[in-house]
Amino acid sequence: MSTSLLFLIVIALGIVGWFLGNWRARASVGGKTSALHSRPGYYGAYVLLWTTLPAVFLIIVWNVLSPIAVSSLVTAKLPENIQNGPEQARALTMSTVRMIENGLSKLSPEDLDKTADPATDVKALLMSKGAPLAVTPEPFAVDAARYQLTLKNSSQLLLTLSSIGLAALGLAFALFQVSPKLRSRNAVETVALAGLLGCSMVAILTTLGIVLSMLFESIHFFSIVPIQNFLFGTVWDPRFSSAGSGSGGGGEFGLLPLLWGTLYISIVALLVAVPVGLFSAVYMSEYASRGVRMTAKPLLEILAGIPTIVYGFFALITFGPLLRDLGAHVGLSISATSVLTAGLIMGVMLIPFVSSLSDDIINAVPQSLREGSYGLGATQSETIKRVILPAALPGIVGAILLAASRAIGETMIVVLAAGIAPNLTLNPFEPVTTITVKIVSQLTGDLEFNSPQTLVAFALGLTLFVFTLALNIYALYIVRKYREQYE
Amino acid sequence: MTVDTAPMATEALDSPRSKQAMKARIARRYAAERRFRAYGVAAILFGLTFLVALFSTIMVRGYSAFLQSAFTLDVHLDPSAFGSTTPPSETDIRMADYTKLANRALFQALGVDPANKADARAASQLLSQNADVQIRKTVEADPTVIGKSVQLSLLAHGNVDTLMKGHFDRSVPENRRQLSDKQLGWLDKAAEAGLLGKHFNTGLFTYGASSKPESAGVGVALVGSLYMMAIVLLIAVPLGVAAAVYLEEFAPKNLLTDTIEVNINNLAAVPSIVFGLLGLAIFINFMGIPRSAALVGGLVLALMTLPTIIIATRAAVAAVPPSIREAALGVGASKMQSITHHVLPLAVPGILTGTIIGLAKALGETAPLLMIGMVAFVVDFPTTPLDSATALPVQIYMWATAAERGFVERTAGATLILLAFLVCMNVTAVILRRRYERRW
Repeated sequence: MSTSLLFLIVIALGIVGWFLGNWRARASVGGKTSALHSRPGYYGAYVLLWTTLPAVFLIIVWNVLSPIAVSSLVTAKLPENIQNGPEQARALTMSTVRMIENGLSKLSPEDLDKTADPATDVKALLMSKGAPLAVTPEPFAVDAARYQLTLKNSSQLLLTLSSIGLAALGLAFALFQVSPKLRSRNAVETVALAGLLGCSMVAILTTLGIVLSMLFESIHFFSIVPIQNFLFGTVWDPRFSSAGSGSGGGGEFGLLPLLWGTLYISIVALLVAVPVGLFSAVYMSEYASRGVRMTAKPLLEILAGIPTIVYGFFALITFGPLLRDLGAHVGLSISATSVLTAGLIMGVMLIPFVSSLSDDIINAVPQSLREGSYGLGATQSETIKRVILPAALPGIVGAILLAASRAIGETMIVVLAAGIAPNLTLNPFEPVTTITVKIVSQLTGDLEFNSPQTLVAFALGLTLFVFTLALNIYALYIVRKYREQYE
Repeated sequence: MTVDTAPMATEALDSPRSKQAMKARIARRYAAERRFRAYGVAAILFGLTFLVALFSTIMVRGYSAFLQSAFTLDVHLDPSAFGSTTPPSETDIRMADYTKLANRALFQALGVDPANKADARAASQLLSQNADVQIRKTVEADPTVIGKSVQLSLLAHGNVDTLMKGHFDRSVPENRRQLSDKQLGWLDKAAEAGLLGKHFNTGLFTYGASSKPESAGVGVALVGSLYMMAIVLLIAVPLGVAAAVYLEEFAPKNLLTDTIEVNINNLAAVPSIVFGLLGLAIFINFMGIPRSAALVGGLVLALMTLPTIIIATRAAVAAVPPSIREAALGVGASKMQSITHHVLPLAVPGILTGTIIGLAKALGETAPLLMIGMVAFVVDFPTTPLDSATALPVQIYMWATAAERGFVERTAGATLILLAFLVCMNVTAVILRRRYERRW
């Protein structure tokens, strides 16, 4: 019986349990439900939990452990020379066995018996059932496959019996316990609370997943390419290994040109976003009438809601060519994809990030500081420049750092507008490439997964993650500290 | 000493020279004030101008994608084209030479002599290479039409479409043009006779990927996006609401709670491409879910949306006044009951608003989907979440990098569709907030 069907059966049993528990609770007090400790539904839920939880837990654990057990049992059955041979050969045999087993599972019992006879042409037999094999299997592999199939089938049968048995047992046990005095609400709520805690742990699990997956693949990468070549190399040239050259296949993986491109574009973007965002925030929080504020603020925030692919497309078809033509007009050669194009467009995207957060922060500056400054005869702009901005400075720095972290991690704009040539240049009119662009270009297309050309994407991702994480943590720390100061 | 200097200072201020200096100073300060205000206005205008420029460019480039040129032709479905058996077998219907039928109808309509090889070739280039599929689908839907003439609207070639939309430059010398003088003559005649016209482009919404711009559409991508949004809803909303309720109502102040909070805030700011790498390493390599499947995309987007939903739900739950909770506790409800029966129902508008905004963000996300193989040439509609799928923004990316000119218009059209979806979602969120948000 398949695992999903098993799940359904267990859940159906649980629902039956809910009705039974509900009914038994009512019956135990003769329909006078006020005599129960909890409302009848909680007794139903109590039985439902006892029925489903242990069985579901068993199914999950079984499904994790049984493939491991089966494969170690089957490996033990393989001939000595393969068992003691190199790991690669063993893995290859096991995958052949899996393939044959996959085909065998489609055969009728009579045909399956026939495969026990070494004289049978297993390949032809499987072919006729629509399970073609790439190789002609050795007899021992067929035997192993048949053994594996038997093991799997008996394991599944055992699981079916034991999980349904466990569910029924849980149902009976809980149902037996139901009595007016049973504190079923407390029990059910404890389980629910554990569930809530489990859900909030997903955030930690995600972070852990990110860190572990990147670290694991990066370590794999650094075992092929030395870490100092990656961190301090100035040449990025990951020659794609052609067929036959093996997984070692050459190439240089210098991070510096990519890092420089990323930082250069981010700097240009911040040069646009910080003044524009800051002035908008100041104007909106200090000068603008309520009406202006209520219209301009949401309109500016639309800029943050536009998908970055749209910005990228705009840069590609309109803004890049426009800059190039303008440059040609005044005698500058600006290429259509350049630091300037990507930086300016990204800067516009970041305006609302800077302005919204700065706006909140400026609003949090106590009114008394403003009034004190006006009382001394300062104009509004002097108050803003000399009193409010210095008071809000830590928070604004936090906002800028958050915007910088966005800029570093931004992908689609730079993929379409920055170019793909790694370039250590100071000229903003030339194309450069960034970490994110290279992650995309290393991982799109069909690649073997264990080559350094693919693994380098994870090393780049780790670099990106570390950079943005440091910026985020520091920025969030500053902003929080600042908020506490005026609360 | 201060007493002595005070009158002296007053005297100095009264002198005409210092008065003048002060006036100049005040004028300067006021000028600075006006300049400062102007900077603020300029900054806001800069942002708004850009917004207008972005939207208007995409609209100007994209509106024409919603129209498509097509020939209206009487196609005679000659029985001899469908093999010898009557009625024709399924294989005959599948293998019949529909291109020939389409061309024959076109030649007849344009008055081209099929015997003249050069003319025939030039004329046949005016039809889309997808025209045969259109006829085949008609025949497959109703095989009884064989032997009759049916009036069909057959897609014109991309170059003809460019001409019909007025983007074609006739002044270019003939040998450097996509269409020859003769072809232009035919087309003008056909357009005058009403054989060639622009119709609403339903194909844009129903077709899948194609290497020919005229037969490429976002239909398949829309279905893929829909699958992913459904998965995000199913996973991120229950998880997010549960996590938010725990953190806001139950969590004790301890190290674990702090860790969770720091993690959520950081996840909200982790670059989206990193989530794509996570999906590639964990869901595809470790768990063995097939590449390009909508399931992987949905899971990755769900993890990305989770912090948004948690943060929105926490704010909504925190906004419910304590008196509601206390009243529930006062009549004997447990803490869990007070939350599920009273606090959460009151927080629903806030949770919905946060969910819609999170979904809108997920719908426009491209980078993580590139990592997990959604950049696939998907022609068929995915029927399960495990089939190869692509998403609307990824389709835009693929078209944006396509070389053919006809795709620019398609890209802008697809962008308009994406933006329309996002505008609808955000407007719904704003309306929800305006209508149902309660202030206590």
